Amino acid sequence: MFFSSKLSKAVFSGLAGTLALAGATTIQAQEISRAQVIATTCYTCHGTYGVSPGSIPSINDISAERMESILQGYRSGQRVSTVMGRHASGYTDEEVKEVAQYFGNVQKRGK
Amino acid sequence: MAGISRRDFVKLLGAGGAASALGLNAGCETVPKSSKAAPRVVVVGGGFGGATCAKYLRIYDPTLNVTMIEQNANYVTCPGSNWVLGGVRTLTDITQNYDALRSKHGVNVVQDRVTSIDATRRVVSLASGKTVEYDRLVMSPGIDFRWNAVEGYDEAASELIPHAWKAGPQTVLLQKQLHAMPDGGTFILCPPPMPFRCPPGPPERASMVAHYFKAHKPRSKILILDAKEGFSKQGLFMDAWNELYPGMIEFVPASKGGKVSRVDTKTNTVYTDEGLTTHKGDVINFIPAQRAGEIASKSGLANEAGWCPVNQHTFESTQVPNIHVIGDSAVAGALPKSGHSANNIAKMTAAAIVSLFRGVKPPLPSHVNTCYSLVSPEYGISVAAVYRLDEKGVLKGINEAGGLSPKDAPRLQRVQEANYAQGWYKGITQDTFG
Ligand SMILES: Cc1cc2nc3c(=O)[nH]c(=O)nc-3n(C[C@H](O)[C@H](O)[C@H](O)COP(=O)(O)OP(=O)(O)OC[C@H]3O[C@@H](n4cnc5c(N)ncnc54)[C@H](O)[C@@H]3O)c2cc1C
Repeated sequence: MFFSSKLSKAVFSGLAGTLALAGATTIQAQEISRAQVIATTCYTCHGTYGVSPGSIPSINDISAERMESILQGYRSGQRVSTVMGRHASGYTDEEVKEVAQYFGNVQKRGK
Repeated sequence: MAGISRRDFVKLLGAGGAASALGLNAGCETVPKSSKAAPRVVVVGGGFGGATCAKYLRIYDPTLNVTMIEQNANYVTCPGSNWVLGGVRTLTDITQNYDALRSKHGVNVVQDRVTSIDATRRVVSLASGKTVEYDRLVMSPGIDFRWNAVEGYDEAASELIPHAWKAGPQTVLLQKQLHAMPDGGTFILCPPPMPFRCPPGPPERASMVAHYFKAHKPRSKILILDAKEGFSKQGLFMDAWNELYPGMIEFVPASKGGKVSRVDTKTNTVYTDEGLTTHKGDVINFIPAQRAGEIASKSGLANEAGWCPVNQHTFESTQVPNIHVIGDSAVAGALPKSGHSANNIAKMTAAAIVSLFRGVKPPLPSHVNTCYSLVSPEYGISVAAVYRLDEKGVLKGINEAGGLSPKDAPRLQRVQEANYAQGWYKGITQDTFG
């Protein structure tokens, strides 16, 4: 984990407290997940939320299981591609799984 | 990754952020007065960096008050502007607007020019005389040129010998000159020294001009006089040139006499070899050396080299607190200065800013870049990479990933990549402006 120490947690709750006192914001103690961060990088080519406006395939309507197996196929090279092999090999098994699940949920939410 | 120390956390927030995190300036006038007021982010510049950041700030947190200040009503993209020179697209095809940012994403888009920033009071001044306050500012002004770095090439000279490295009227000027050029003429292209926006841009430009010449002026020549020794995707480009435009394009690296030391607009001549050799062109495209956008340097964000150092996790300036510098202006580790990088940096920065406002940890960034180039409308090549922070906090390409389109690939793959290059344009412009 990134911020795992007790000390950094204390600093963060300190920050939240300060902001609340200063009235800067309503505190939504919500972290942005690694899967969401990585998914947003897919959107550059595939369109926001994976809905593609052009010749690059849409990726918003693929189940988590299928997405994971496709990405693993690109990683191993079993699935032929122009550029996806060069991308997919940049992620760990865990990241691939999380991103696939994220897309599965986006699809369910209908975004 | 190991947990971070409190000192790192203070560094991460930047000087000002740390001060407020630790309660040092609580209650002073720089924090919003109303207890219900949403944090205010001002984004300077509505290009690939600025527009993406404004959109994703609102996607991540629809309660944020986001104002984007852009001097132009519309945005003509540099990506695709070489395709206009090739006759493959029109200027209208590559002109984007801010309607969706306004109506769909609730961004307050203001057409005005930022003239100065008071980072202590956190106030932005505009050419109209208006001022805008911010809690955090995102600076994405793109590049400006080092006029006169080469003798004879200043802003006035660019009206005669275009750079066309900011799309719009400059693209039109270069296109007009190419159209007016007689068959059998010489087009001279002078790429800049590193670092500059879009490393594969100059060879793609040579390709697209060659595509136009092949159809309309087949006896013409293209001479590339480069300030560098080589260029991006060089092997792939040269193979494609041999196949598609044999004998048309000549590349001269700096050490073989490619470095231009003087430009003369009166005689349409460039001087190389310390002024000993002259090259007269029918059309010349001189691309000057570059630096961070003027408003970024004016605001104290640039270093001596002319670019803006940042914390590569949050893209907060290491020189001025509460200002995040993104896109071409920023020093972003191994990321190239591209629209694709600017779009990814913008998203990571939006996530970091929202997290800092919420008082939670900013997620670790993950960046992608893909630069497609069209050698012809049916011949595309690409370079791709995935980037992460290393232990020193520098963005590095992941070794296992990325790379170039394969050499000697079957023609079908080039056709597919040409198709995807055009799909990429639609994808990124939708993701940035739609
Ligand atoms: C010929 C060419 C081809 C390219 N092709 C590609 C490609 O295929 N793929 C790719 O990924 N990248 C490509 N690029 C690179 C890409 O255009 C840039 O990297 C990208 O535009 C950087 O985004 P940015 O937000 O940093 O700056 P910009 O997109 O330049 O946006 C800056 C904006 O800020 C505004 N601005 C500046 N100062 C002020 C001020 N004081 N007040 C108000 N507004 C201000 C400007 O008007 C501008 O709209 C290409 C570039 C060129 C030149």
